[in-house]
Amino acid sequence: MRISTFREIRFHGRGGQGTVSAAALLALAAFEDHFESQAFPKFGSERRGAPVEAYVRISNTTIRAHNQVYTPDVVVIQDAGLLRSEPLLRGLRQGGLIVVNSEQEVDDVGNKNDHFRQVYLPASSIGERHLGRPLPNTVLLGALAAGTGWVSLIALEQAVTKHLSSKGEKMVTANIAALREGYGFVSSEKEPVS
Amino acid sequence: MDKRDPFRHNVLTSGHRACSGCGEAMAARMVTDLVGPDAIYVNATGCLQVFSSHNQQSAWQAPWVHSVFANAAAVASGVEAALRARGKETPVVVQAGDGGTFDIGLQCLSGMIERGHNVLFVCYDNEAYMNTGVQRSGSTPHAVRTSTSPPGLFSQGKQQLKKDVLSIMAAHHMPYAATATIAYFPDLKAKVEKAMGIRGPRFLQILSPCPLGWAHDSALSVTVARLAVETGLFPLVELEHGELTGVMRLAGQKPVDDYLRPQGRFKHLFTGKEGAVELRHIQALADARIRRYNLLEADTQWDTASALRCARHGRGGYVSSSLSVSQGVDNVL
Amino acid sequence: MKQLLEGSQAVAEAVRLCRPQVVAAYPITPQTHIIERLAQHVANGELAAEFINAESEFGAASIVLGAVTAGARAFTATASQGLLLMTEVLYNIAGLRLPVVMVCANRAVGAPINIFSDHQDSMSVRDAGWIQLYVESNQEAADSLIQAYRIAEACELPVMVCMDGFLLTHTFEPVALPTQAMVDDYLPAFQFARTLNPDRPMTLGGASEPDNFQEYRVDQHAAMENAQKVVETLDAEFAEQFGRRCGGLMQGYRLDDARTVLLGMGSLMGAVYDAVDQLRDQGQAAGALRLRCFRPFPAQALVQHLKDVQRIIVLEKALSPGAGGIVAAELRAALQQAGIMTPVESVIGGLGGRDLTPDVIEAVFQGIPDTEAGVTSRFAPDHITSASDEAERGEQSYG
Repeated sequence: MRISTFREIRFHGRGGQGTVSAAALLALAAFEDHFESQAFPKFGSERRGAPVEAYVRISNTTIRAHNQVYTPDVVVIQDAGLLRSEPLLRGLRQGGLIVVNSEQEVDDVGNKNDHFRQVYLPASSIGERHLGRPLPNTVLLGALAAGTGWVSLIALEQAVTKHLSSKGEKMVTANIAALREGYGFVSSEKEPVS
Repeated sequence: MDKRDPFRHNVLTSGHRACSGCGEAMAARMVTDLVGPDAIYVNATGCLQVFSSHNQQSAWQAPWVHSVFANAAAVASGVEAALRARGKETPVVVQAGDGGTFDIGLQCLSGMIERGHNVLFVCYDNEAYMNTGVQRSGSTPHAVRTSTSPPGLFSQGKQQLKKDVLSIMAAHHMPYAATATIAYFPDLKAKVEKAMGIRGPRFLQILSPCPLGWAHDSALSVTVARLAVETGLFPLVELEHGELTGVMRLAGQKPVDDYLRPQGRFKHLFTGKEGAVELRHIQALADARIRRYNLLEADTQWDTASALRCARHGRGGYVSSSLSVSQGVDNVL
Repeated sequence: MKQLLEGSQAVAEAVRLCRPQVVAAYPITPQTHIIERLAQHVANGELAAEFINAESEFGAASIVLGAVTAGARAFTATASQGLLLMTEVLYNIAGLRLPVVMVCANRAVGAPINIFSDHQDSMSVRDAGWIQLYVESNQEAADSLIQAYRIAEACELPVMVCMDGFLLTHTFEPVALPTQAMVDDYLPAFQFARTLNPDRPMTLGGASEPDNFQEYRVDQHAAMENAQKVVETLDAEFAEQFGRRCGGLMQGYRLDDARTVLLGMGSLMGAVYDAVDQLRDQGQAAGALRLRCFRPFPAQALVQHLKDVQRIIVLEKALSPGAGGIVAAELRAALQQAGIMTPVESVIGGLGGRDLTPDVIEAVFQGIPDTEAGVTSRFAPDHITSASDEAERGEQSYG
């Protein structure tokens, strides 16, 4: 019997943090790993700093629907400040994973009854070290890959190489390093809080 | 009047969604606070419209209408005509970006001027279609990278020159047309106040840096605007009925490199032979503009009636038009 | 060989493969990524075309009109406000019977200004005389673009490929792009008999009087009706050469013994197919019909597919204020013309980018109650917020 795979991931960030790129990279990586995948944004007009959402679907069958993701399995929060003003966890499935870009554990990430798993990492500082700018997105993707096991690190690296080739070899290398550090951060951590 | 600050109307009030360092937001705040809340503002589609009236919210504390991209000047003409028919004196101000002025908005602007409507048209010039993602406009300067004038194997950015919209305005022989920037507030203030004291169609082109589209640090918007002036690339001038009546003289001429280097939209010019050629072109453009308006040696004493309302000093300073010339021109703002 | 491509990218690549010589456009969200990619291709010498940054959409349409009359294959793209601004020229292009191809990145029309997807823009110009194809995926967008040039040049009628803004233009999904050789095989070099040429001078765009105008429209109408066959034939030919179909005039899903059929266009159909599958699992005889070619309106084919269906629902993303659903009205007329009196339930939803989710589609299948007597169309309900959504909202702290 073929195991049906259908996963939905929602990214939250602010314009300028590479939220949409993160979704595209994840979908590309899943595609490299021979899944069907889909990625798309929800945003207003181009504006740095405005809240941005992006969605990814990963499946082993053709994805036909084009609506937004309402019941994600994973929520990635690229800017913990958004937690104060936006309902970022709406629809997150029971036992779902939250990946947060934050220097420390964030209190108001609601986890009381729904048994969410959480991962925190200082993705902006890690990103700054590799990329020269506090861009958390590839770091968080690495963390996501380690936290879910849904895409391989190699596939993510391939996706980065293809998708960011226009930015030059140095940027590609730096992003791969950021990916690996994010991945390593999670895979070397103790059992996450559940 | 905004209760929080007795010196500010805050016609454009806080809570809007402009990017940090937005030159247009600064310019709009300056202009609308100088004009005040007793005016009707007609806004073209663009960054200012989008970030100030997003999703059922508004940052405007004055009457404000937005229609479509191309027609702000025509809508304003209608507003002005109605006010005239109703015997009202409320000032009418158009706010548009370079798209709504130079390109898609040019037809309606020309019509508004030609018919002589009593409207102040303000162009916040950030030199590209920023709202839709930094595509080139007629206002984009030569050799700039935008998403529709990208550098590539066969391209060094925008081929064409920045459209000389001020000359187009001059050709209309309109009562008043001027350039200004956010870096010289007293100059901008004097020009707005002067424009508000004139009847008929008036035009202001305000250079408003865009940190996102120009790819510079968001803290440098004012600095970059100042450098545009100091290099001669953006002369600060006034034209009345087609004649040059005011020039802000430059104390010296900075090399264009000073202006270009902080901006990522020129980065591609600093590698390779073709880039170097373009850098020389840009310097030549600056030199030509300096010559054209005599920016280094302009005689800043003019004797036209309107010029006398604003006494000038050798280095380009202005006295507020609210002080009379005889009161002593030592207060250089 | 499939790649994961953004819809805009898929379209830009398809355009490039069709070898246009003039590309003119004015940026408008959500079409911008298409023209930006084309600009980059031209800047890199990967597309041998004149890339013209028009001063407005009115200019852009006029530029491609001029380009085609001077013998060059041309392309433009727009959406929403831009499409309406070029409307006069759209009628002109169609009346001049010029083979122009464009992409409309379907977006709502203001006021109020809204950048998200619905079909009001292309619906507003349905009478301009353009062939209109609505695609449901990025793959189909790319393939339809290639077919569009064949159709346009064969019929001497302009073709508008409609793809949902953001939902397709900004979505990454798997797309197989053909090779240049494959496209060259399918799409020969541009040929236009009435090209302006001093060696054989022609007058294009002369005036007409009451005693001859009607004949222009008769010819145009006949050409449009004939285009139905061309759309089908060229899709079949495409399938032979490229190994996949776009659906021709329309494409059924589980129609065979369907008692209830939902008809719609564009990317919303994906969720509809999922809903049909679910209903079928529950033992209901549901089916779907995706209309691909809206202009010309394939009345006969629609009647054929729907004549034995007991319940017909049309779900569309546009409306004529004061009259109701547009596709529904045209379908009703076609059915009645054929003597079929099955009522058509007209449902309007997804306006201004409002999401048409599986639960909304399900509610549409179940039937939207009348809110007022005599209403011709109903509006789809909103996505139903689940209990867990509410719980989350309650627990958020607003600092």
